[in-house]
Amino acid sequence: MSAQYEVVIGLEVHAELKTDTKIFCSCPTEFGGEENTHVCPVCLGLPGVLPVLNKKVLEYAVRAGLALNCEIASFSKFDRKNYFYPDLPKAYQISQYDLPICKKGYLEIEVNGRKKTIGITRVHMEEDAGKLVHGGATIATSRYSLVDYNRTGVPLIEIVSEPDMRSAEEARAYMEKLKAILEYTGVSDVRMEQGSLRCDANISLRPMGAKEFGTKTEIKNLNSFRALQKAIEYEIERQRDILEEGGKIIQETRSWDEGKGVTVSLRSKEEAHDYRYFPDPDLVPVVIDPQWVQEIRDSLPELPDAKRERLVQEMGLSEYDAGIITGSRALADFFDQVVAEYNEPKMVANWIMGEFLRLLNANNLEVAESKVKPRSLAALLKAQAEGTISGKMAKTVFEEMFETGKEPGTIIKEKGMVQISDEGALAAVVEKVIAANPQSVEDYKAGKEKAIGFLVGQVMKETKGQANPGLVNKLLKDKLG
Amino acid sequence: MDLYKKTAHELSSLLQKREVSSEELTRSVLDRINKVEEKVKAFVTVTGEQALEQAREIDEKRARGEAMSPLAGIPMAMKDNICTKGVTTTCASKILYNFVPPYNATVTEKLLEAGTILLGKCNMDEFAMGSSNENSGFFPTRNPHDLSAVPGGSSGGAAAAVAADEAVFTLGSDTGGSIRQPAAFCGVVGLKPTYGYVSRYGLIAYASSLDQIGPLTKDITDCALVLNVIAGHDPKDSTSAPVEVPDFTRYLVDDVKGLKIGIPKEYMGEGIDPRIAAYLKQAAAKLEELGAMCEEVSLPHTEYALPAYYIIASAEASSNLARYDGVRYGLRVEAEDVISMFCKTRSQGFGEEVKRRIMLGTYALSSGYYDAYYLKALKVRTLIKRDFDQAFLKYDCLLTPTSPTTAFKFGEKVNDPLAMYLSDVCTIPINLAGVPGLSLPFGTVEGLPVGIQFIGKPFGEGTLLRVGYALEQNTDLTKPKAQMEGVI
Repeated sequence: MSAQYEVVIGLEVHAELKTDTKIFCSCPTEFGGEENTHVCPVCLGLPGVLPVLNKKVLEYAVRAGLALNCEIASFSKFDRKNYFYPDLPKAYQISQYDLPICKKGYLEIEVNGRKKTIGITRVHMEEDAGKLVHGGATIATSRYSLVDYNRTGVPLIEIVSEPDMRSAEEARAYMEKLKAILEYTGVSDVRMEQGSLRCDANISLRPMGAKEFGTKTEIKNLNSFRALQKAIEYEIERQRDILEEGGKIIQETRSWDEGKGVTVSLRSKEEAHDYRYFPDPDLVPVVIDPQWVQEIRDSLPELPDAKRERLVQEMGLSEYDAGIITGSRALADFFDQVVAEYNEPKMVANWIMGEFLRLLNANNLEVAESKVKPRSLAALLKAQAEGTISGKMAKTVFEEMFETGKEPGTIIKEKGMVQISDEGALAAVVEKVIAANPQSVEDYKAGKEKAIGFLVGQVMKETKGQANPGLVNKLLKDKLG
Repeated sequence: MDLYKKTAHELSSLLQKREVSSEELTRSVLDRINKVEEKVKAFVTVTGEQALEQAREIDEKRARGEAMSPLAGIPMAMKDNICTKGVTTTCASKILYNFVPPYNATVTEKLLEAGTILLGKCNMDEFAMGSSNENSGFFPTRNPHDLSAVPGGSSGGAAAAVAADEAVFTLGSDTGGSIRQPAAFCGVVGLKPTYGYVSRYGLIAYASSLDQIGPLTKDITDCALVLNVIAGHDPKDSTSAPVEVPDFTRYLVDDVKGLKIGIPKEYMGEGIDPRIAAYLKQAAAKLEELGAMCEEVSLPHTEYALPAYYIIASAEASSNLARYDGVRYGLRVEAEDVISMFCKTRSQGFGEEVKRRIMLGTYALSSGYYDAYYLKALKVRTLIKRDFDQAFLKYDCLLTPTSPTTAFKFGEKVNDPLAMYLSDVCTIPINLAGVPGLSLPFGTVEGLPVGIQFIGKPFGEGTLLRVGYALEQNTDLTKPKAQMEGVI
């Protein structure tokens, strides 16, 4: 590598708001549903219809803005963004141009143990477009395309960051934190795979120490954290190669091709749309009462950073564990609920970070989809602590709980898995094992401490794992002197 | 008894006394349509069978003794840019030639609720862009007073229908004079209400910040009766004003004593037919005789209204009309790809004037030109609004001509857009200011009606009705229809 370049990244993130109804009509926002059934004259943009703002959308946008430390504008307005596309029934999108609802916010990220503040330029409200399904590969090459307007008019907020990120890792960390904050505040489902959270990245390179930004490209179609990171890494290398060969970056919009792992040009700056923004005359300006903003601020839940701090300070979790657990509100709530029943935060954290997440990931499930309820996990941990079952048994029981949703007590009973801690019952088995393994007994007596492990194992085998291993150990040592 | 000739309030009383049925009345008006429509061509669609069915239902309700609104059983028609569920609504454009709305406009809903009978949909300049009805995508409507003259526009069909007794009243829409100018040309009463007084929900938009629905009627009393039904807040229209609506008939008093009426000198200068100016002075003299005070006033920014209007209206239109792309409804011209389909559909579907305004508006909103055109036009609009605010500190209403000329001949201005635009020079500032304007017939020039315009304070419709009513009671100049016999 010859010259040293600094990477400059800014992200534009769209989040669907999970209001019950659309932004300008009363159609449901529900995902899925038969094509073109969640529609009415208003969201279909039929001649003569008019939009009326859903107040819940405004509330959610303000809530998100407050959670992102933004200033809330007391006066904002809606504008029309004009362009032709079959998924846009009015041929303009109602959005906010120069007077967004929120501006000047920030959030904190941490990469490799280093904390950094990323600025948020603005958060604005807008309507989503419909969904096109092409008969062929693209709209240009298809004999026909079908359009589903169910998504048309679903409320979105667009969150625009400052160009403050300097690596793909930082961009990913920003996106993860943003996702967590939006989830905590309850304004969005933040499901990237369903498209309720979408991201475009602006990327440029400049010589180390330069003040001017380099020419940027905008990357679209980043549908997962992985895609975000991979696409940015690829684009950085692509730009670096061009610059090192003395070439110039073309300002353009590029698309991430997940299959090929490359970014490809969509359109150049010259081909970019002139959106001809102007204030939407069908809507009145949005004037916000500061009292109402205060009420929303007061109702905000504990946010990820504060929660993480609490888990470290008050519960003694490691920064790493606390970071993972608070990375999603669903997981953090799950943790809190288990701890409420069984107050051993570290133990609970170990189980959540270990078995629980392992099984969720292996089955590709969300926390909310898990059959294991927090109270059941607490009951399992209690049973283990009381010695009713061993740690190994607990894992087996948990796997079944995860699969069937049964209570741990039921599973333990059904499988006869109760740990044998009765000295009388175990003594006979110990005698039997000693008699059957003279060599190991010899070894132990000769000073080979390890031999006792083999003998304990044999007792466990005889009892189908039900013996209390600590007690077996003690009994063996007593017998063998 | 020629029922079709009568006003709504006369008919209302006959219906209430059960001297006539709504079915008889509707039949009478449908017969009239059959007789004169070939000459006037006021309608794009006539819904005769449905109208008669509706009339019978109203008659049955009345027979059962149900409570009825004063307009119940009265046959009316609507400009073809107001959505009527199940009845084609075309905006007189080829691009919407087959569009059947699945919903009713709020005004449609209110009029049906009041028991009025829908006769059909009236011709207009395509998408309400024009001042002569020559821009209709289908055929021009003719002026019932002189079939070689235009009826005005864009609500030319709605005005001609009332003038020719093809409907007892109609609804039009007014963006820069589209109710008042044709009302003047056809010799009927036309009101553009205060912006926000009547819901725009279901009115197919031309320029959203200027459009307003209003009545075209045979006299002032009918105007008040129709306004009573259509005015009022609508939660479906964010720009609808959350104000109480009075009973407008209480302004129908023959008394203008003490009213202060301003006559803006900018509306009386060059370009105004002197014979129209003379009528205006005569009206002022009559009002003074009745106890009002009239004097000259200045609205200094008037001359900038026309250019500001054509920037703002065209800019909004360029966006409002973008949805006609052939994807979902209306005309589609098939082509090899989607962009070509958009282009061909719009090229073939829209007429010349509509395309001209779309291009003008697109240009005005383009990056780099926005500040110079659109933003500047909005500033002019503010100044014009202030002119009116200022004048209304002193005057209860203003008096101007409705249009600089009487109805012109077909073809006279159609190739000169600027000359055509000047036809609305007296009405456009009123839309920019958002205030109400009423056109009242007042005399004729060479057999063609003259209209005078009263301009009111925001939500000051009552004053306009009061002045108009007083003139109606005290001079026959407000009834030009008498001279129409023999033309149709």
